[in-house]
Amino acid sequence: MTSAETIPAEKQRETFVLNLGPQHPATHGVLRVKMTMDGEYVVRAEPVCGYIHRMQEKMGENRTYAQFLPNTSRIDYLSAMTYTHAFVGAIERAMKIQVPPRAEYIRVITSELNRISSHLVWWGAFLLDLGGFTPLLYAFDDREKILDLLEGITGSRLTYSYFRIGGLYNDVDDAFLKGTRQFVAQMRPRLQMYRALVTENIILRKRLIGIGPIRAEMCRKYGATGPVIRGSGVAYDVRKIEPYSVYPNFDFVAPTFPEGDSMARYLVRMEEMAQSLRIIEQGLDKLPAGPVMAEKVPRVLKLPPGDYCYAVEAARGRFAVRIVSDGKEIPYRVKLRSPSLSNLSLFEEASRGMLLPDALALMGSLDLVIPDIDR
Amino acid sequence: MTKLLKMMVAEPYRLGLALLVIMSFVGLNAAYLVWVERKGAGRFQRRPGPTEVGYAGLIQPIADAIKLLSKQLILPDGVDATLFRLAPLVVMAPALISLAVVPFSEKLLGRDINLGLLLIFALGSINVMAIMLGGWSSRNKYAIISAARVVSQNVAYEIPTLLVVITMIMVTGSMDLNEIVRQQAGGFWRWNLFRWDVNPLAPVTFLIFFICMLAETNRAPFDMAEAESELVAGAYTEYSGMGFGVFFMAEYANILLGCSVATVLFLGGWQSPVGIFSGVFWFLAKMYFLVFSVIWVRWTFPRTQFYGLLNLSWKILIPVSLFALILTSAMLKIFHRFHSV
Amino acid sequence: MKRAFKEIISGFYSLVIGMRITIGQFFKRTVTVQYPYATLPIPARFRGHIELVRDPETGQPKCYACKLCERACPSDCILVDGAKLEGAKKKSVTVYKLDFTKCSLCGSCVEACRDAAIRYSRDYNLAGFSKEEYIMDLFAKLQAEAQAAGVPPEAPATVRPVKSEPAALPQTQALVPGARQGQTQQELRPTVLAQTQTPLPGARQSQVQQELRPAAPAPRSEPPKMEPVKAAAP
Repeated sequence: MTSAETIPAEKQRETFVLNLGPQHPATHGVLRVKMTMDGEYVVRAEPVCGYIHRMQEKMGENRTYAQFLPNTSRIDYLSAMTYTHAFVGAIERAMKIQVPPRAEYIRVITSELNRISSHLVWWGAFLLDLGGFTPLLYAFDDREKILDLLEGITGSRLTYSYFRIGGLYNDVDDAFLKGTRQFVAQMRPRLQMYRALVTENIILRKRLIGIGPIRAEMCRKYGATGPVIRGSGVAYDVRKIEPYSVYPNFDFVAPTFPEGDSMARYLVRMEEMAQSLRIIEQGLDKLPAGPVMAEKVPRVLKLPPGDYCYAVEAARGRFAVRIVSDGKEIPYRVKLRSPSLSNLSLFEEASRGMLLPDALALMGSLDLVIPDIDR
Repeated sequence: MTKLLKMMVAEPYRLGLALLVIMSFVGLNAAYLVWVERKGAGRFQRRPGPTEVGYAGLIQPIADAIKLLSKQLILPDGVDATLFRLAPLVVMAPALISLAVVPFSEKLLGRDINLGLLLIFALGSINVMAIMLGGWSSRNKYAIISAARVVSQNVAYEIPTLLVVITMIMVTGSMDLNEIVRQQAGGFWRWNLFRWDVNPLAPVTFLIFFICMLAETNRAPFDMAEAESELVAGAYTEYSGMGFGVFFMAEYANILLGCSVATVLFLGGWQSPVGIFSGVFWFLAKMYFLVFSVIWVRWTFPRTQFYGLLNLSWKILIPVSLFALILTSAMLKIFHRFHSV
Repeated sequence: MKRAFKEIISGFYSLVIGMRITIGQFFKRTVTVQYPYATLPIPARFRGHIELVRDPETGQPKCYACKLCERACPSDCILVDGAKLEGAKKKSVTVYKLDFTKCSLCGSCVEACRDAAIRYSRDYNLAGFSKEEYIMDLFAKLQAEAQAAGVPPEAPATVRPVKSEPAALPQTQALVPGARQGQTQQELRPTVLAQTQTPLPGARQSQVQQELRPAAPAPRSEPPKMEPVKAAAP
């Protein structure tokens, strides 16, 4: 957003600068937002990022492809599986490796489980911002079950590093399959409970309906993707528009709501959780037998020189990895397209003239993960 | 004459004892209501709450009190020292005084004044002023913004409170709290909550009173003043240690007062629901049930927006309570006789 | 007007429903586990820090210091050295140090090892008081465990002198954290879990990718010569 835009003369009342500092009570991470306020109204909100810049892309230039793989889980730690998927997908595309179907199906199932757990964290934290303390713990109770399932197969609860170039690290066991079916069965009534407790709640509706309207043109201008743009009426979902993996075999809907306010984005994510449950069920039903690792994956990976890209639908939006290779075992460049950065960039324009608590609700509904912004 | 002399000698001692008992009752409650709140919050969230300090965390409030007492009382630079020190005292006093007229049982009350309800609501506005004093003297722009919000919130919610109370005075014909309770004798169908012959909207008025009580005491979902996850830290920012502790205790004292008045006005005070074995036990049971409901509401709902809060009061609660008032007076005129006050 | 009334009634009803849900949750059992009075079982595939695996017949570590794990590690945490014993065909490990302050628990080392000579431990009680405690001397720990299990340790006199280690990794007495970890591992293995040799049931099925890291990153003087990008076609 250009900083050359000055405040128009008629608005130059006495304003003060409020620093929504890097340390937040609202659990967004280390993001600083310099807000110029006119009383309670936000005149200008300027996000300042970089407080958790970890040089992930630079690390990509110093590590081999297999060594960089654990980094991908840590870029956006809430939706780690999908980020690893993008990275291994780019390499598989470059080397033309055929991933066995069982591995693809398991990738989809675990990615969707990850999506649900990410949305649960968003839901709990968003409601915490709005003052409801209890739903956070209900969400974490459900999330605990997902994390236990994924810990049983990957060994880790947050930074999974489960996918490998050509397939998976290891196969799932029966405990996982049974446990996932049980989880799906008990999650649907929980989603109904969340609907009754929170979504239908008049206090929440008053706080979200009509607040923070974002039009589709603004989303397009800033490249916002994911629930932000689907909450503004544009049915853009990478799983539908640029299908990857075995998503074409699944029957699901990318929920879209036209209103563009915070409530629409909220409902998109709640619906996405339900759709993810559908995908998981179909995946479990259709899971083929077979190996989980491709046959001929070279031990020393050297991508042919060129430019390779792979995009996935992460929980926050479109995450894409672009690898530029010069033929060596270390990439020349690893570019990570961050959905949260694009989503954040429209905050400045969207929050003009809003009341401060409403601006905070808007920021919460954008579902930002700051390490993903700074990488 | 001797009776008057005896009263003049004995009464101050009795009042002094009553105030002492009330102060210790409020102090103990403020400490242990924190425990109830934290355990309750834990249970609502499917976790145990404090368990470590003492059996089931019962010594936790004492640990918190020791912590608060041991902190230095900081007077920030440039504050108005008198007002800064005065605010915690002023916020606590009205609740304590008002509890002196609330009948815990037929004989257990500080003073049986026949204008008890008037005293309570006359003093009820003072704690708002105290928060304003605290916020103003803190010389902190967030404290002032928050204090100003608290004032407008409390003013907005006092009006439906008073309208509801006037309705109940019309129903009962008296402002004497003990008299109000005596009229509700004989079983739960005689409680004012169920007096639909006089006030058809009695449950609605009870609900309005409950909501207003939540707003007056700045409890969630109306706790804009002390909202932690919003940016402003509240009117109590600059207070440390026991200064903050007194504000905290005053909040619980006000909740106690509000629930006691609600019990007396609507739920029959110390009357038993079956007509016999009335006493202080029933009063405490009903009051603590209402306190539990206050805690229950807090941990269920998100916070309202500030204009939502004011909209609720001015656009919904005041018209409804006005309507209830007019309906009650109409019912009284047509079907009953007005009581003479 | 009618809409306002309906909104009030439905709004109030939604509040009542919300309260009913929370009071229902109030009377249910808690879902938390009161750690440290109770612990949860750790799954078999849990990725804790690594530990050396002892060959049950000889009592010695299976590791022969091929250094594949050292090369696979993205964070440079592992230091391995070995020496050939007299009369033995393969080397045996003499130094195995894991710098846990840098380890990210990614598992590349376990994956790279061809003979399952290292496995994940299930230890999570890793609090310590100094940084030196986290330079884990896994070889010394294994010796301590072997001693505790009654297997005679390797006689040091037959080992030829090895290269000196860099000064950065001090000679730590890992026995103290080792003893603690040994204890907790006993608590954490309720039933069978792993006295197994292969740590991960599925690990051997996947092909291991051995990535060699060059000694230093190649200096970047000019961009690589590439053809114009044909589409990164799917």
